[in-house]
Amino acid sequence: MTPAAAPSAHRVLPTLQKRHAPLAAAAEQRAVLARVPVARRFEDALAGAGLYPLRATGIEILQLNVGRKCNQTCRHCHVDAGPDRTEMMPDAVVDRCLEVIEATDIPLVDITGGAPELHPRWREIVIRARAAGKEVIDRCNLTITLLPNYAYLPRFFAEHGVHVMASLPHYRQKGTDTQRGDGVFEESVTALRRLNALGYGKPGTGLVLDLVTNPVGTFLPGSQKALEAEWKRQLLRLYGIEFNALYTITNMPIARFLDFLEETGQLGEYLERLVTAFNPAAAAGVMCRNTLSVGWDGALYDCDFNQMLELPVDARVPRTIFDFDLEALARREIVLGPHCFGCTAGAGSSCGGATAG
Amino acid sequence: MHTHYYDAHDLPRFGEIGKDAPGLAEKFFAWYDAVFAEGALTEREKSLIALAVAHAVQCPYCIDAYSQDCLRKGSDLEQMTEAVHVAAAIRGGASLVHGIQMRGHAERLGM
Repeated sequence: MTPAAAPSAHRVLPTLQKRHAPLAAAAEQRAVLARVPVARRFEDALAGAGLYPLRATGIEILQLNVGRKCNQTCRHCHVDAGPDRTEMMPDAVVDRCLEVIEATDIPLVDITGGAPELHPRWREIVIRARAAGKEVIDRCNLTITLLPNYAYLPRFFAEHGVHVMASLPHYRQKGTDTQRGDGVFEESVTALRRLNALGYGKPGTGLVLDLVTNPVGTFLPGSQKALEAEWKRQLLRLYGIEFNALYTITNMPIARFLDFLEETGQLGEYLERLVTAFNPAAAAGVMCRNTLSVGWDGALYDCDFNQMLELPVDARVPRTIFDFDLEALARREIVLGPHCFGCTAGAGSSCGGATAG
Repeated sequence: MHTHYYDAHDLPRFGEIGKDAPGLAEKFFAWYDAVFAEGALTEREKSLIALAVAHAVQCPYCIDAYSQDCLRKGSDLEQMTEAVHVAAAIRGGASLVHGIQMRGHAERLGM
């Protein structure tokens, strides 16, 4: 291992937006997905499992997508995040989100992006949510903590008891760098060691460090439990790194992963794989049932995937954070599309990993 | 009449082998599942062994199935390539070590 390389050493791919690619537009993504012939509609699959119409069961997680700017450009990113993205949650939306956090009993605030820490008020959101007694998850790409202006992050995480949910697709360099950019693995190892040194991922500290793995390719993730055991054994053996839990997330056919599937001629095959692997048990536990997702502009969505496809919550309930109504939103009907098969394939997939045992 | 011996579409039809002998197929698939369950070896390790054996027996169906299975179970291409080399080394070594028999015959027959 060499000392942490400068972040500029990453291979930074142009975002779809920067390339002016047609798939940069959510409408085009929806149209492409709608054109793929699949064996059955998601609604029919749910009906067969007795789950249609799919309804929320409550709001236990408020997920804030505070912006699309990121210091990485991962090949599978469903946000099409990158250094050139400028969308950032404006003050009025941040203020309203904080009001909702402080005024409700929603126990968990999940902050994502982009790299959420790049938002100028990210620290304030964490501090106020923690002060309101909420668990706070930060979806961290790890390399951000090595940027000079963000080197304070590991200590800040620890001081405020932030639950760190960090991306690491593989415990070896090749897979991680293939998906996330050259040099990302080495920096991720450095970042994880710093978090470990502060007590993250260590028994008895209460500082939770979870890892998230997306397959490096067009296959479905394997058993979360078996992969976690393997990741723990190998990261400890190879790098002396410890962590709490590993969560598997299926790659969603949205934005850059959709572009990859189209470019390599695998879109139909991949969707068919998701459809064939539909698991009713996984469907019952999908995250949209207990999550409300807030976009950078304050619009409300059932999940971060619907957010990127610009599929807002059902028209019969409030559609922006400014009109937030817990009672109405907690029982809303979920908005569905063919991409939803990504969350119900195999053992299921969510921001919290597999949804079925 | 098929014009080829191997067809990728046959792989998902593997279960049809139970037609006309369901009892035997049931026993085979139950045993197969038990073999690949986590035990003293992990599921990932068993999948890598299966990939190596698939190359040793040169079964295209098995290579297809266990390339996917190895990736799903967390192996990467370097690990999978090393597994194939293990198969190749055993195959190559098996030929070479028989050379000792050859040498024994030749030495006995020669002057």
